[in-house]
Amino acid sequence: MTTPILECENLAISYFTRAGEIPAVIDFNLEVMPGEAVGLVGESGCGKSTVALAIMRYLGRNGRIVGGAIRFKGEDLVTASEERLRQLRGGEIAMVYQEPMASLNPALTIGRQLVEVPLHHETIDEAGARARAEAMLERVRLPDAKRLMAAYPHQLSGGQQQRVGIAMALLSNPSLLLLDEPTTALDVTVEAGIVDLIREISTEFGTSLLYISHNLGLILETCQRLTVMYSGEAVEVGSVAQVFDAMRHPYTRGLFNSIPLPGADKNARPLMPIRGQLPLPHERPDGCNFAPRCDYFQAGTCDHGTIAMAAVAGDEGHYSRCRRFAEIDWEAAAPKRKEAAAAPLGRKVLEVAALKKYYRLQDRSLMALLRGREARFVKANEKIDFDACEAETVAIVGESGCGKSTLAKVLMGLEQATSGQALLDNQDIANLPVQQRDQAMVGYLQMVFQNPFDTLNPSHTVGAQIARVVRKFGVAKDKAEIEARVLELLDTVKLPRDFYHRLPRQLSGGQKQRVGIARAFAGEPKVVVADEPVSALDVSVQAAVTQLLMDIQREHRTTLLVISHDLSLVRYLADRVVVMYLGHVVEQGATQDVFSPPYHPYTEALLSAVPIADTRIKKKRIVLEGDLPSALNPPSGCPFQTRCPRKLGRICETEAPPWREFPGGHGIACHIAPEDLAEMEPVIAQA
Amino acid sequence: MSTTLERPTRPSLLARLENPKAVIGLVLLMWLPLTLYVMAPRLLGSLHDVVLLPAIPATLLLYTLAVRAFRGSTVAVIGLSLVFFWLLMAVSAPYLPLIDPNRPIAPFTPPLTEARDHFFWLGTDMRGRDLLSRAIWGCQRVLVWGVTATTVAYVIGTTFGLVAGYFAGWWDEVISFASNVLLSFPVMVLFIVILTYLGPSGLNIIVAVTVASAPAIMRIVRGLTLDIKTRDYVFAAQTRGEHPIYVMLIELLPNVRGPIIVDACLRLGYTTVAITTLTFLGLGLQPPDPDWGLMIREAARSAMLWQFSYMLLVPALAVSSLILGFNLMADGLRELSLRD
Repeated sequence: MTTPILECENLAISYFTRAGEIPAVIDFNLEVMPGEAVGLVGESGCGKSTVALAIMRYLGRNGRIVGGAIRFKGEDLVTASEERLRQLRGGEIAMVYQEPMASLNPALTIGRQLVEVPLHHETIDEAGARARAEAMLERVRLPDAKRLMAAYPHQLSGGQQQRVGIAMALLSNPSLLLLDEPTTALDVTVEAGIVDLIREISTEFGTSLLYISHNLGLILETCQRLTVMYSGEAVEVGSVAQVFDAMRHPYTRGLFNSIPLPGADKNARPLMPIRGQLPLPHERPDGCNFAPRCDYFQAGTCDHGTIAMAAVAGDEGHYSRCRRFAEIDWEAAAPKRKEAAAAPLGRKVLEVAALKKYYRLQDRSLMALLRGREARFVKANEKIDFDACEAETVAIVGESGCGKSTLAKVLMGLEQATSGQALLDNQDIANLPVQQRDQAMVGYLQMVFQNPFDTLNPSHTVGAQIARVVRKFGVAKDKAEIEARVLELLDTVKLPRDFYHRLPRQLSGGQKQRVGIARAFAGEPKVVVADEPVSALDVSVQAAVTQLLMDIQREHRTTLLVISHDLSLVRYLADRVVVMYLGHVVEQGATQDVFSPPYHPYTEALLSAVPIADTRIKKKRIVLEGDLPSALNPPSGCPFQTRCPRKLGRICETEAPPWREFPGGHGIACHIAPEDLAEMEPVIAQA
Repeated sequence: MSTTLERPTRPSLLARLENPKAVIGLVLLMWLPLTLYVMAPRLLGSLHDVVLLPAIPATLLLYTLAVRAFRGSTVAVIGLSLVFFWLLMAVSAPYLPLIDPNRPIAPFTPPLTEARDHFFWLGTDMRGRDLLSRAIWGCQRVLVWGVTATTVAYVIGTTFGLVAGYFAGWWDEVISFASNVLLSFPVMVLFIVILTYLGPSGLNIIVAVTVASAPAIMRIVRGLTLDIKTRDYVFAAQTRGEHPIYVMLIELLPNVRGPIIVDACLRLGYTTVAITTLTFLGLGLQPPDPDWGLMIREAARSAMLWQFSYMLLVPALAVSSLILGFNLMADGLRELSLRD
């Protein structure tokens, strides 16, 4: 039997703070064999990053390994000397971090930083190291390596930076590569490219991988085996097929139930969130840590003692930390169909027609004024057309830089459109700044924000912040009435009433987002713009917040404008989808029409890039080349022509594509003939 | 990692005082009488003798509260103790059994000796005035003028900083330019120019300190505002059509307060140095009332002789301990703010 590259045995890690010992990881076992890619999945706070740091022995001043062993090729890392660790780090074990911009030194050129690795770990001269670095850049599919070597990190795009990070990690030929959420900060189409690269690494270099992620779909695409972590423990271990298709732990089941898979539909098969939240390390219950949130909890069985990992009978290499997994009917645990009538759509509430927003990019300094320099324009939105009805959910999809946030700003009155119209109940608001809108209209159109940690003012209580909105929009007048209304809103978003006096820092991310929703709905709005409402939340919380948003919407017949890059969520949530690219609408139509052929080539690429956590799904792989062009200098003709895999030729570069109508209000802006578009194969197919 | 531990509720006096309103009340109770006592003694009339009495318990309570709040950091507690020692001396000076600080009794008496029926713990100066009494009385003026000047500088600096950061564009351009001009003068030169031009007085010290410190404060606040105004909660306030003044005061100001408080402690130290130096140069507060800067100035000549060095050491150590107190407080606060 070969020795594993990495072995964690009964690992326990604690942080020591003023408040005492915080056990971050209690009992963790892991084996990574040579050439194998192992995934580590869990939500934030479960201890997965702590494990990665412990393997590198980077725990910092107050973190300590309090029990168990970490063995690297049989050598104990817990007792290794600093000198030995320095040899191992970067040499034998390398790590790729989440934030590519933060992990590269902004003051040094890429070349300088890459050359350091072989110079430090091997006896090699400068020229040799340079040659190696350049070769490595080419192997991570970065064109023009010579030029890149002289560039500084800020001159590179996020995807390129992460490729440089991976190149740096691979330079000294490590036997183990740790990847801590390497694509979380990137756009989906860029992510797809990185994932492809990571897959090649294990085959081409024979490097073992430990891939840490919260995204089950990514694990499916990159790993052979995985460990699911919950509250400091590994709760389920097995091969991808075992865990994805025959999971034997209620938490894993819960995770899969709460992610929108292609079969999910908000009316037919709603998401099933895991109730409650992750226990704090010092508040873990006796017995099973998952017990308070588990549907299969049985008093007397699950609430005492320490629960050990147990092998799943007849399934080699599959373990679960559950006392009842043999008794649970796993087929019945899969989400059930629950028919709920789709809300009937009402009249048209919002009509956006030929909306255009250019930002004047102007040096506002005195010097520029004196020199009389020409202003340039950032073309953020170029001819946006769509409309939304009462009780309808319209999703605006696109990657960062496509102009979706600008669109939201124009609608909210923080920016004025350059031309075009946005009719809200037949009143044009495209050029009406928020200060000039009357109170009723401002309350009519509200917003839910993306980042839960930013959405609430840390200095004021939850109650005060919601009360301000209630008072501002004149929903209630006197003090008692306002307070009653705030408490009512807290009930609506399913938060306990004593949150009224809490400060935002005492709330979890999901709870903050609920307060954000309560605040948006406080003025009884007709239209709510939700900018990536759940993308910063954990999977199990995402489902609950999504569900909540839909329930409130159904109840109030609100029009919901969801801005998102998450196509799985959009498919689940939206009635209609508008796909944007570089300030243009490239495709729009009913959700099922957009998600099935004919596609716009960009939609096709987006769909193929979304990782799907379902082993039965077969996807066509399309990886886009290059980066998003700058909105300051957009390409001529079709905006997508620089990256389009189906580019026809000259016509795409010279002429703006025509809007091709398909039945059911489905439209695509493309030069490709409608017959050819109609012959496209579906990207996602059930196998 | 933030952990909120529920503390059992004991409705003790201290616990009830641990809310912003009570603390502000106590600060006012301590500070207003002292300010009036030092700046405008004539206004007080017959109240002059009793006005500082309620300030003594207020100071002690504030000290206890402060120690409770900052017990996590030893450095902060030491700094607090030094500052509050001088605050307590300032408010209780009229009621302590001290010799009149302006009465000449026995010149050149060394410390710990008795002369003319009086025991001099710290000796007397060349005019025969008690140094202990003068050192204790002297802290009143340094504290009051120093803190008032710093506060005024902060109000002005913060206002300009918020406006420059929030409105950006032309506002920022003009305000930043003005502040850069002021910052380009060496601080001492600026002080001396302003005070020679306006004449030495307490009010003019406030003007000088404001002109010298407000630009730096404005820069800090502007930087913080530029960062914070991109947060979603500011965006949310804008999308509900809030007035810019509301956004600046309610959404922005409370969130820039952390770094500002730390900076304020450091700046109090600088201002103390500045005021003492100005008085030493004869540009600040005028004799005969006791003042540390004045004491150093007067002692400077006599202390040339080694045996009279105590005349210089007493006020010098007093100034240093107060400044050290402010600086340690700033360090401690920063340490505590980084911890969570």
